Amino acid sequence: MLHLHSRVLSLRPVAPNVLVLSLHCPELSVTVAAGQFVNILVHDGIETLLRRPFSVYRTEGDSIEILFQRLGKGTALLAKAKEGQVLDLLGPLGHGFHLDEPSYETAVLIGGGLGVAPLPMATEGLHRANKNIVTLLGARTAELIIDGHLQNVSVATDDGTRGFHGTVVDLAAQVWDARDMPSPRIFACGPTPMLRALAAWALSRNIACEVSLEGQMACGIGICQGCPVEIVGQERKYALMCTDGPVFNSRDIII
Amino acid sequence: MTHTDFHLGGVHCKNRVFVASGTFGYGDECMDLVDVARLGGIMTKSLSLKPRDGNPPPRVVETPGGMLNSIGLANIGVHRFIAEKLPILRSIDTTIVANIAASSVDEYCAVLDLLEEAGGVHAYEINVSCPNVKEGGLNFGTDCSMTAGITRRLRTRTTKPLIIKLTPNVAQISTFARAVQDEGADAVSVINTLIGMAIDVRTRKPLLSTVTGGLSGPAIKPVALAKVYETARAVRIPVIGIGGIMCATDAIEFFLAGATAVQVGTANFIDPATGVKVADGIATWCDEHGIDDVAKLVGALDARIGVSVLESWL
Repeated sequence: MLHLHSRVLSLRPVAPNVLVLSLHCPELSVTVAAGQFVNILVHDGIETLLRRPFSVYRTEGDSIEILFQRLGKGTALLAKAKEGQVLDLLGPLGHGFHLDEPSYETAVLIGGGLGVAPLPMATEGLHRANKNIVTLLGARTAELIIDGHLQNVSVATDDGTRGFHGTVVDLAAQVWDARDMPSPRIFACGPTPMLRALAAWALSRNIACEVSLEGQMACGIGICQGCPVEIVGQERKYALMCTDGPVFNSRDIII
Repeated sequence: MTHTDFHLGGVHCKNRVFVASGTFGYGDECMDLVDVARLGGIMTKSLSLKPRDGNPPPRVVETPGGMLNSIGLANIGVHRFIAEKLPILRSIDTTIVANIAASSVDEYCAVLDLLEEAGGVHAYEINVSCPNVKEGGLNFGTDCSMTAGITRRLRTRTTKPLIIKLTPNVAQISTFARAVQDEGADAVSVINTLIGMAIDVRTRKPLLSTVTGGLSGPAIKPVALAKVYETARAVRIPVIGIGGIMCATDAIEFFLAGATAVQVGTANFIDPATGVKVADGIATWCDEHGIDDVAKLVGALDARIGVSVLESWL
């Protein structure tokens, strides 16, 4: 974990209200793992007092990229970042996906909406681990599908404007019935209701499933205890999203 | 060089900046980022006799200039603290203050006894004022005779400094401070969080699972200063000021209002090194202003005449 001051290299739109922020960050570009996050101070005033957590989207050379959607106060400020501006961030934080597990052959990457963010880095890691890759993306509508730097992609949209008409969880069920999936393991990120539905489905089919959660947190480093995730089968009732996650085995938690 | 050190109930502390309970874990989590030995001291996360799960999410929400929390005293319990955290804390050259929370007077005593036996803790801060647990907690802290009674019982069990952390959610905080002083407390921490609330108008739902929670951060600094000012004029024992300190001049405001020392809380969530930066900043400020001992700032408020704030406001 490092406290860094990283220069903004670029900020470019990739979809309506969706941007990619590129930061000069050699301290993290080599070490950060797929599914880990950074906690960015979006403003040093007091209106947005706390940092905002973001998955790392991609790394390239000395830079890291953050994919984000303009949603609330924090991302509205981040969307105003200027080239050359220095952002204050903590990272790498949390634990990423277990891509190197020997127990599976086919990685099924599932992203809902902006949950696609950690998947390009996961794809790179899976290449290194020599795994088969199947990628399923879901979004409300076609223009919100962000499918760069991924492999073997199938798409679902809520409004049917691209690919399968329905949710990405329904798409997963269809793909599973249609294709051969030797020794699969799911790596998923997306909105909580989607992850809840996916985890229930994966459990019903007895498929290993890792989910990357998102939620409110004050510190991102385990000192505020503000991001509990209910866990099962352990003495304690809650894990912390920031330091125990954000990636969890879906069987270990109650989403 | 400015003298920054002082004695708190007989314990020598290298400076007057502590990290507040619940905002710095057990002291060992941030050692990558912060040279914790440069803090005046560490107030640990509240310790209870048995581990506590804490409240369901959402536990934190940002508000203008601050945040609300409803952690519910989630902690590993005093036994695991002694086994896993104390050995690490013993190796750090700073003052370790164990914060104790409990739902009965007997539980306060039991936790303190275990820590006394274990050794390695330099002082105790008693949380009688957590707003987020139903039993005990705030009920003790808002009842003056109960607060005094806890102090009386604990005073007989330790000779180490006993600091009582007071809640601002009472009519007159100085009454409580006087009561614990009379029972032998060595210092009071002023203030714990203010009860607050935030609502999502779209869903009509509260933004915390417990509906209300504790407000902290810069938003509460003016309230905290006023409570410190009131308390410091009412008691002889040191007042440790807490509430929205983000930088050295914030801390100096607390000294001027009467605080002998300060605690940095919410700012640690944004930058865990804030405490060290505040301590360094106080020393630099004093050097620049020809003050050879931070003690000379304590209670040095010049309340006789108003000053123009036009320049800093413009």
